[in-house]
Amino acid sequence: MSGIEQGSSSDVLDAHERARFEQLVLPHLDAAFNLARWLLKSREDSEDVTQEAMLRAYRFFRGFHGGDARAWLLQIVRNTCYTWLEKNRPVELMAEFDEELHAQPSVSPESLAIAGDNRERLSRALETLPPRFREVLVLRELEGCSYKEIATITAIPIGTVMSALARARKRLERALTQPPMQEANREL
Amino acid sequence: MSCDFTHTALHGYLDGELDASGSAEFERHLEGCRDCSKALEVEESLRSALLRSSLCESAPISLRKKIRAELDAATSSPARPRIAAWRWAAVAASILVVATISWYVWPRPGSVTRSVAPPPFTAAELIDAHIRSLQPGHLTDVASTDQHTVKPWFDGKLDFAPPVKDFADDGFSLIGGRLDVLGGRNVAVLVYARRKHFINVFVLPTKEPDTPIHPPGLRQGYQWLHWRHQGMEYCAVSDVSVADLHELAQLIYQ
Repeated sequence: MSGIEQGSSSDVLDAHERARFEQLVLPHLDAAFNLARWLLKSREDSEDVTQEAMLRAYRFFRGFHGGDARAWLLQIVRNTCYTWLEKNRPVELMAEFDEELHAQPSVSPESLAIAGDNRERLSRALETLPPRFREVLVLRELEGCSYKEIATITAIPIGTVMSALARARKRLERALTQPPMQEANREL
Repeated sequence: MSCDFTHTALHGYLDGELDASGSAEFERHLEGCRDCSKALEVEESLRSALLRSSLCESAPISLRKKIRAELDAATSSPARPRIAAWRWAAVAASILVVATISWYVWPRPGSVTRSVAPPPFTAAELIDAHIRSLQPGHLTDVASTDQHTVKPWFDGKLDFAPPVKDFADDGFSLIGGRLDVLGGRNVAVLVYARRKHFINVFVLPTKEPDTPIHPPGLRQGYQWLHWRHQGMEYCAVSDVSVADLHELAQLIYQ
């Protein structure tokens, strides 16, 4: 578990701390749920995991000494999601390998615009990406996080956020414009 | 694609994460590199597709309730003599919660303009109009960098004359104008370019007194600034940094 979750972790907070939590952390519940939903690809599982993460954040709240509350919460949500995936869908976390991107054929903006107009297709393409690529895209494009926040949340060095996003975008573009074989067959 | 920039700096540029010199260096490179300008177009196309399809999902109300119940259980029950004090704290906490939620649910224009009339359109309408304008072919009805071409173009199309100024020397080039509908009424839109980003400035007449430039609102990754000046209501929307947006707002305000 990452550094920020350590520290004093007395289970019971008082009403004052509760009010502070409501004010600083709870407003980011939507962002927390959205990240879980895209990492776990299921609304139902995301509800359980978000609930668990929120309670965990509450317990560790004394260790939060100000700063970016959203990044602090999303880091806990992400850790909780990965723990859940390791336990329930370990295969998904293993299926990661990095291909040579320079060898990929380029995608035209026109074909991308057409494919991107289909919400279903976009959503499915995003779900085919390995979690580590999916999360940087969700954080950047859906939550509008800065590189610094992405680095905090995903525990990758800030210097590699840019290249992680570059790879993730290439993968998404490919998934959008060139559907995998089995999918093409299914659609026939 | 063989250019090294395509895989790295381009993304920092797209995300507004390069520093001023990095940005300038990449822009110089962009002028001579077809690979990179094409790649940038692809990335912008992907970004606008992601924004248009609004993939963000909100937490269900049932989950919110469950979490509150769990937080209650994890909050210390007060000792008996302190019940009254605790009750007051709870009341204070609930007020705080309501205040916090209203602050976040409907961010800046609504909450900051408490003492003044709110804008005659909602944040959702504003962002929808902005996103719609980013779709191919929708950005400008009159494309011109000349304020003397853009200003007369609005004549006869609206019952007011929006002030039109170019700020190319300050890094905000006027690239055109268009008509749009916001909150059920026709408005003028001035379109400015900041590096590779677009800024829509919605303008409509108002009878309300002048207001300063409000703190920014944020929704779906776009920021906006709202103000009123000399009988006109302005709202500038973009994905550029708040600092950039504020700079343009101040130029227009003067």
